[in-house]
Amino acid sequence: MAEPVLSLKGVSKSFGALKATENVSLDLYPGEIHALIGPNGAGKSTLIHQIAGTLRPDTGEISFLGERIDGLKVAERARRGLGRSFQVSSLAPEFSALRNVMLAVQSVQGSSFRFFKPVLSDRSLVDPAMEALARVGLQDRARVPAAELSHGERRQLEIAIALALGSKAFLLDEPMAGMGPEGSKALTGFLSELREEAPILLVEHDMDAVFALADRISVLVYGRVIASGSVDEVRADPEVRRAYLGDE
Amino acid sequence: MSRETYVNIALALLLLAIPFAALQWGSPFYVTLATRMAILALAAVGLNLALGLGGLVSFGHAAFFGVGGYAAGILASHAFNMQPLNLGIVSFAGTNSMLVIWLVAILVAGLLALLIGLISLRTSGVYFIMITLAFAQMTYYFAISWPAYGGEDGLSILVRNQFPGINTMVPLSFFLLCYGVLIAVLILFAFLRDSRFGAALQASRQNEVRVASVGIAPFRIRLAAFVLSGMITALAGALYADLNRFVSPSMMSWHMSGEFIVLIVLGGVGRLYGPVAGAMLFVMVEFLLGGMTDRWQFFLGLGLLAVVLFARGGIVGALAGKVRHG
Amino acid sequence: MSSALLIEQLLNGLQLGVMLFLMAAGLTLIFGVMGLINLAHGSLYMVGAFACAWVSAQTGSFWIGLAASLAAAAAMGALVEILVIRRLYKRDHLDQVLATFALILIFSEGTRYLFGSVPLYLNVPPELAGFVVLSGGSRYQLYRLAIIGVGIAVAIGLWLLISKTRLGMRIRAGESDREMIGALGVDIRTLYTIVFALGAALAGFAGAMVGALQSVQVGMGEPVLILAFVVIVIGGIGSIKGALVGAILVGLIDTMGRFLVPQIFALFMGTSQAATAGAAVASMLIYIVMAIILAVRPQGLFAGAR
Repeated sequence: MAEPVLSLKGVSKSFGALKATENVSLDLYPGEIHALIGPNGAGKSTLIHQIAGTLRPDTGEISFLGERIDGLKVAERARRGLGRSFQVSSLAPEFSALRNVMLAVQSVQGSSFRFFKPVLSDRSLVDPAMEALARVGLQDRARVPAAELSHGERRQLEIAIALALGSKAFLLDEPMAGMGPEGSKALTGFLSELREEAPILLVEHDMDAVFALADRISVLVYGRVIASGSVDEVRADPEVRRAYLGDE
Repeated sequence: MSRETYVNIALALLLLAIPFAALQWGSPFYVTLATRMAILALAAVGLNLALGLGGLVSFGHAAFFGVGGYAAGILASHAFNMQPLNLGIVSFAGTNSMLVIWLVAILVAGLLALLIGLISLRTSGVYFIMITLAFAQMTYYFAISWPAYGGEDGLSILVRNQFPGINTMVPLSFFLLCYGVLIAVLILFAFLRDSRFGAALQASRQNEVRVASVGIAPFRIRLAAFVLSGMITALAGALYADLNRFVSPSMMSWHMSGEFIVLIVLGGVGRLYGPVAGAMLFVMVEFLLGGMTDRWQFFLGLGLLAVVLFARGGIVGALAGKVRHG
Repeated sequence: MSSALLIEQLLNGLQLGVMLFLMAAGLTLIFGVMGLINLAHGSLYMVGAFACAWVSAQTGSFWIGLAASLAAAAAMGALVEILVIRRLYKRDHLDQVLATFALILIFSEGTRYLFGSVPLYLNVPPELAGFVVLSGGSRYQLYRLAIIGVGIAVAIGLWLLISKTRLGMRIRAGESDREMIGALGVDIRTLYTIVFALGAALAGFAGAMVGALQSVQVGMGEPVLILAFVVIVIGGIGSIKGALVGAILVGLIDTMGRFLVPQIFALFMGTSQAATAGAAVASMLIYIVMAIILAVRPQGLFAGAR
């Protein structure tokens, strides 16, 4: 098997007495969608925060493309190709969809310390941004401020930003949340193709989407991975059924 | 052109027209008033870069204003006394040249802003407000307790400093000089706002986490904005000292910092001509109310309270509508 | 330098620290519970001083004046909260700064209108007018010692109020979760008014007591306000414990700095030079200390440990 793109080894994080993640190890391989599921409060978001860099693990290692990243800041991890979408949409609300994506393009191109050239007439920023928007189907909404986009459109915009970053792995935190059935279906199709470009670590509550998309699933309960494997293996795992589905 | 552009052009022409109209009607005092408007607007344009675009509520920009003022006062006094300014290892001759003074003002203020920014920008929100205020107060007390340049009594500039090709003692010429600097800095501000740097800065105000998660470190962007911002305000300080031909610690007082914020909010936060509109209104109100009652600050306070509570968006916002970011 | 002089300066520093604590406690409480930055807190300090000076002059009793200062500052605080401040809780810090800046202008000019520009004078109450003899033979003002005692008593009282009483429980709940106390059926509006008035009363009390040591004049609250900000930044916003530690620290460093720095400078430069350079450096000392603490702990010494 190829080298993992993203690899967690023994990652733990406590808040006081609460163990939010405990000794979590998991790998993300090229071309796969690795779904992370678990009941509310299982520590999925805390784990995503630690991978993205908004939280630091107490112990454990996080490697990305073969290099340790657990000491790096958020911006540095993003520059290395870790693309992230947020559980609650996190965009620059006054900026248009286009300008939100352009910010990512600008980051990829290098320095933001350019003081004179107007961005809106800079084709090297606008064109790649429009391309990313077109890929998620938002090209007609490019000039609309992010705050005025619908919930589903904002999730699409998040993904467009991750695309524009040329990410080498995607961390998607509940991309389906709040989407209607139509939107979920379209997004499922899109993510299925996206995995060819870069692997996806997917946190999702929509089990239909998870079972349709995931190559592998890890189940997180009380901060610990209690099972990891293919869709069928995880479905059949007795411990998962007991802890997660409430079966006795 | 957008409606805001028309509003901006009208404001620029209005400010330019005041001194000419004043001379036409034989009230030369208004030339000084218009110069004051232009200089305070310039100081507030500096702050607007940090506060309006970057969302950094600095309550300490008077420090930079004062540094600019003292650069003018100290260099001029050394030129007048023909004594070099001795800084231990190196010594400089004083100067009457505004160009040199401006350069010194900008460099010293930039260095101070870098130091203050390095500490204060590690925090945010209320901490940032209080820390910038505290550091400005530090420079204020330093200016008061350092007797070499007048201490609490301040320092007079006997002859206004010189600019090549202009007789700065003629009020209209000095106004035009200040006005020219203001317009040049406004153009610079517009470029900064629309650039990649400006995009990153404005996005950091709207959503810091987003900016970091696309790989841009907000701290460095903010620090650069804070330094540039302090430099512009220092330039205004140097002009202000030359306008009054006097500099004192009161230029560094926290009332001054508060006044800059007031100018911006009156005019429109983050708007290119917000500080210009704010300064014109503020100086006029100060002059008119001040002529009617000694207690004008009481009414200024009431008016300001009303603006904050009921009329947000400022003058430019009221005239030109909401901002649209492409 | 004699040890008696040193002790005297230490006590002066402690007295300044205790006063700063009264200011900072109110500020930090108001920020912790309501999330509001109140620049006009110095004006409430001034209101307390003026109320005490005026009522004392009318009645001839410092103690009635002191009671009046508490009542006046608390009432003014409640009034301002109801008329203005409560509209600001949901606004951003910029609006809060501006509105409370406007309140300063209104308070300062309003006070000038009522009392004129000439400072008022407030005498130390005769009961406390004497001196105590310190070890080493020098004398120290009894009144200043009393301020230190009162300040410590207020600190203990505030701690009891917040940790032991029902009101304190609600205040703590308000700090940790604003929505929650609403859900529990506590009348938040009244709670906020009470907290604001409490903070105002502490500030007014401080103003009245200091008023007997300085002249009572417009603008007297502003330097104290800024020192109180330094205290809060050092201690950690929202932390009463931080306010206490920060206040004592700032009080001692500022006082001792003004006393010691020129003497230290005199060891390696001329006396007059040392006096001026020392005074300039001493005036910056607390800000430098603040910068160092922030460089190490950006959220202050006791952030989070409310």
